[in-house]
Amino acid sequence: MGGDTLQLSLNTINNTLIVEFIGELDHHSSEMAKHMIDEWYYGKQIKNIIFGLSKLEFMDSSGVGLIVARYKICCENGGKVLLVNNNPQIERILQMTGILKIMDEYSSISDAMNNIIKE
Amino acid sequence: MGDNNYMKLEFLSKSQNESFARVVVAAFAAQLDPTIEEISDIKTAVSEAVTNAIIHGYENRLGTIVLEATIEDRKIVVTIKDMGKGIEDLKMAMEPFYTSKPELERSGMGFTVMETFMDELEVKSELGKGTVVKMVKEFNSLTTGE
Repeated sequence: MGGDTLQLSLNTINNTLIVEFIGELDHHSSEMAKHMIDEWYYGKQIKNIIFGLSKLEFMDSSGVGLIVARYKICCENGGKVLLVNNNPQIERILQMTGILKIMDEYSSISDAMNNIIKE
Repeated sequence: MGDNNYMKLEFLSKSQNESFARVVVAAFAAQLDPTIEEISDIKTAVSEAVTNAIIHGYENRLGTIVLEATIEDRKIVVTIKDMGKGIEDLKMAMEPFYTSKPELERSGMGFTVMETFMDELEVKSELGKGTVVKMVKEFNSLTTGE
């Protein structure tokens, strides 16, 4: 569809799905993103998800809703969700919604990946 | 500066208009020379209010959303109005983490985000008539060297 404000990059390493968001994550763009993430998650026997948020220019509580819902799914499968962010604007919404109290945050995807491998 | 200003915009309750609405308000607020953080706050708050109107006010049916913004000195007043179904229990709707539509994976943080990122928030709603969200943000004074 034209005029999309969000691009998604999806990759898997072993049983971890790495989702990188580029652009704007709001109610509109999160609907498309949810479907793609879930297709990969269930289609490829994934356990953990790393969400890369550093390249987002905008995120509101719809993005938080997307992450929290995937967090619940991963917990039920014995996996975990890790956040990667070094963008101060995105940090504000992460902090105010309390999401960082339940998920760990890393400054790079390789740091987050190392944490998963260590286990 | 110090000139007052006013704008009004009407658009359909389509989700692709969420980004349109917040960009319009950010562009209008630009005349107050806001900081990056202030612009980000106001965009997020507008996005939350418009999303609420689309998902809850109109329940994804098509309707009109009216967005108005007024600049009064260093203050911006934004109102977002829908003529949708209205909110039955406003107090409950404004509780953090409350959502009337858990199946949609909503975080229930919309009003909390508006309250936190803006200086004032006022919500008026009438069942069957619609909802008006009024938000005020005071921008930092230019003279403080911000």
